[in-house]
Amino acid sequence: MTGPVRLRVDFIACAGRGLCAEALPELITLDDWGFPIVTGRAVPPRLLADARETVRLCPKLALRLDRRHQTSDS
Amino acid sequence: MILGAAELPRLLPAGYAAGPVGLAGHLARYGPLPCPRSGRLDGRALIAEAGRAGLTGRGGAGFPTARKLAAVAAGRAPVLVANGTEGEPASAKDKVLMARSPQLVLDGAVLAAEAIGACRAVVVVHPHVRGILDGAAAERARARLDRVPVDVRTAAGGFVAGQASAVVRWIERGVPAPTATPPRLSERGPRRPSAVVQNVETLAHLALIARYGASWFRSVGTPAEPGSMLVTVLGAVRAPGVLEIAAGTPLGRVLDLAGGASAPLQALLLGGYFGDWVDAAQALGRPFSAAGLADLGAGPGAGLIAALPAGACGLRETARVVRYLAGESAGQCGPCRFGLPAIASEVERLVEGRGADPGLLSRWLGQVDGRGGCAHPSGAVRLVRSALRTFGAEVSSHAAGRCRGAAVVLPVPPGGTR
Repeated sequence: MTGPVRLRVDFIACAGRGLCAEALPELITLDDWGFPIVTGRAVPPRLLADARETVRLCPKLALRLDRRHQTSDS
Repeated sequence: MILGAAELPRLLPAGYAAGPVGLAGHLARYGPLPCPRSGRLDGRALIAEAGRAGLTGRGGAGFPTARKLAAVAAGRAPVLVANGTEGEPASAKDKVLMARSPQLVLDGAVLAAEAIGACRAVVVVHPHVRGILDGAAAERARARLDRVPVDVRTAAGGFVAGQASAVVRWIERGVPAPTATPPRLSERGPRRPSAVVQNVETLAHLALIARYGASWFRSVGTPAEPGSMLVTVLGAVRAPGVLEIAAGTPLGRVLDLAGGASAPLQALLLGGYFGDWVDAAQALGRPFSAAGLADLGAGPGAGLIAALPAGACGLRETARVVRYLAGESAGQCGPCRFGLPAIASEVERLVEGRGADPGLLSRWLGQVDGRGGCAHPSGAVRLVRSALRTFGAEVSSHAAGRCRGAAVVLPVPPGGTR
């Protein structure tokens, strides 16, 4: 299981609690209404463990690490 | 029995016959459905023919129909959904098609269902035409025409209710809101989809491709975008309404077919409320096709063409539509729920010349674009961006308190439909 992984947000599930942006500020910021903006770039290997932990932290299970190719309708 | 290859209209009845075409008239015009023998081989042949025809989805996204059908044809018996929701207030082409040629839509739904091995076809229709589709389905049942059961349902109201995943959730759960999972399953494995959604006009074309073949279909239109298409023309034209045109017909010609412009035109809205404003002088010579409009940042979308007269204000029209779209959010995704009202307010400030902040508007457009479970937020952003492109020069005159006019061109339902 190699290849680039990207963070993805399920915006229907996301409630804008903002834990993810606190846990992983390197890759996640918040928009003006408090919902996460994730970088579309691949998660760098040094942050992979942190990213996995952040995915586990989300109380709404709205954050994912995704191995699929990034589509335009993210 | 075959329609002349270059003869239009294909889908709509010729002339102005009152009411829907019944089963006998339908079969007299088009001939019988080709060998409705079920089975995978026939289905594969039909899907291959649709692929050779180059048929694309007529609901707005333009996805190749054969690829969508082939992706599910190998699976367990799914449900074929014919989507006649048409929640867009300015568009009438699906309603007119279903009202005039309901049997052609049902032909296509049944053929597509058989082609993918579906257990049934569910036809989801706008409430205005429910009775007509019920009558058409009953007539087929009496004639024992179909091996696949056809189930007619009334669509939910609201702009987002027509999004494919919302239609499926409406059928399965009675909730007309888009879902994130499974999104667009027809393009994705390995889990098999429970339903494949096709626009009703797409299915009507499929019914004719099944009868007459791919080369017949391709005898009008352009090589890259073959066939005919239904368009809704409204605004400053003498005979607004639904027309069937060859794909790629120049926009000026399409307006002529709608009686010609009734006033000097400044701009056109193309595609739908998720579409694009373009300058009229630049667009009128262009083919109404994806290729012909790409460098204007526009496309045919769901076939809407709205002509904005010189006496109207494009920014004001946009503000009204964006406020409507903000109210039509399913409210499931934060950026859409909070961002669209914020954007609508900013566009209203811009129109009224009261301290709009273009930097803030641009920031919010970026923060809403692509950040939802369906295409709704991105569509609204697209509309606003095209308005800023096309009417940008008028922003300063609005800031100085001048506006071209308050003529209302684009329909917006009062008070929302949700």
